[in-house]
Amino acid sequence: MEENRKKIEPSGKFEFPVLQDNSSCCGGDIAPKKEPCSPPCLDQDFVSGSIATPQGNIPRVSSTLTRQDQWGTIKARLGAGRMSYAIDPGLYALGKPDEQSPVLVTANYKMSFDYLRQSLPSHNAWILVLDTRGINVWCAAGKGTFGTQELIDRIETSGLKNVVRHREIILPQLGAPGVAAHLVRQASGFRVHYGPVRAEDLPAYLDSGFRATADMRIMSFPLKDRVVLIPIELLAAARPYFFAALLFMILSGILGPSGFLKNILHDGMFVAGALLLAVAAGTVLLPLLLPYLPGRAFSVKGLFVGLVVAVGLIYMRGMNLQIWAERVQALAWVLIIPAVSAYLGMNFTGCSTYTSLSGVKKEMRFALPMEITAGSLGIAAWMTSAFLA
Amino acid sequence: MRSLVYLKDVATIKLDEQKCTGCGMCLDVCPHHVFAMNGKKVRIDSRDTCMECGACSKNCPAEALQVQSGVGCAAAVINSMLGRNGGECCCGPQTDKDGSVKNGGACCC
Repeated sequence: MEENRKKIEPSGKFEFPVLQDNSSCCGGDIAPKKEPCSPPCLDQDFVSGSIATPQGNIPRVSSTLTRQDQWGTIKARLGAGRMSYAIDPGLYALGKPDEQSPVLVTANYKMSFDYLRQSLPSHNAWILVLDTRGINVWCAAGKGTFGTQELIDRIETSGLKNVVRHREIILPQLGAPGVAAHLVRQASGFRVHYGPVRAEDLPAYLDSGFRATADMRIMSFPLKDRVVLIPIELLAAARPYFFAALLFMILSGILGPSGFLKNILHDGMFVAGALLLAVAAGTVLLPLLLPYLPGRAFSVKGLFVGLVVAVGLIYMRGMNLQIWAERVQALAWVLIIPAVSAYLGMNFTGCSTYTSLSGVKKEMRFALPMEITAGSLGIAAWMTSAFLA
Repeated sequence: MRSLVYLKDVATIKLDEQKCTGCGMCLDVCPHHVFAMNGKKVRIDSRDTCMECGACSKNCPAEALQVQSGVGCAAAVINSMLGRNGGECCCGPQTDKDGSVKNGGACCC
């Protein structure tokens, strides 16, 4: 107890690694992880004060997000600092909670924490933040870091038993793949209630005495949830796209009918544009149109979008299908664009909220060979058409 | 609200009705309404919406549910096929034993 109290004092120059520009979502440089304070530091940017408890001063947060919080969310959605967007694990106070207030559990990904507190204006609650290494609840539950043991340990180290009188905690339903509620109760005495999937349903859930309606329990995938994923998907595809486009431009410069630079301007730019359309089909159109595209497999949906885009491109370019060279080139794009968009579509399974591992494996068994074959044939056709021109 | 449906007849979820005590925990944790009550026991009502997240088997006190759970993410399957990134999906940085970050992981979630 005494030790805890000492630790909770503001520790002077704590540099919280919230907004790091230099990390990208896909294997970019990641800032070395600073040792988080435990109990949570009071001088984190979003902490607006503290509240005295038998367990010492607990940092207090508001349900209103500041501009800085919102900017952090935008940056994370764009991939900047997304992998180090973490807060200190431990107990926080939302509003002015007392010993009877409900306890809500979440991950230490700041966006998860922000969504949670934002959904509870004019509520008083304790928020117990688990150390998931800055990963959201669902993904961390899948990995087991939002897990039974971490929850039991965090209940213990946070001194939750001394802060509240009741023995009930509310977990997000999407944390359930990582947490065995009955084991938590055995080990800690706290009964786990699974709250709604979405934080926005929490007020209704709390007000009805921990009762979730059937709708609150379903993980849907509405348009707004799909749209926010588009920037990250585009960014993930950007690097491979850049190299592929560069390669194709150089090839078109070498293989084309005129001089190197003239070829690049005439054909190379078109190739770069066509590939960009293929990427956009798989990373923008597919998420937008997901429920309306034919097929269940994501690669089939991607294939469909790609075919439509390819046919549109051929039409817009005004390719003359009477000429062999242009006919072969048209064929090349009908193969390459759907291959790319089907592949990117297949990768979108990881973002979706309803694909199973067995299903993804089954899909990949037929889709991956087809994508590779179509892509290779398409490249061969494109090179042939460049020779014929 | 209706759940979107992925491929049919692939989910590995199994229910041992002998063991089921009808506590209803699986109905609470399932994000896709796979289960329904059938008298005093649970039955699998909608197998094709199961996304194999493992929430039900993890939270079944009677161990009546089994599912080969995993993340339905093609990038993760590709990564594990290539031996890259420890077969991680998306959901974050790959870390080594000391907890220092090695790799940002592929993307999605």
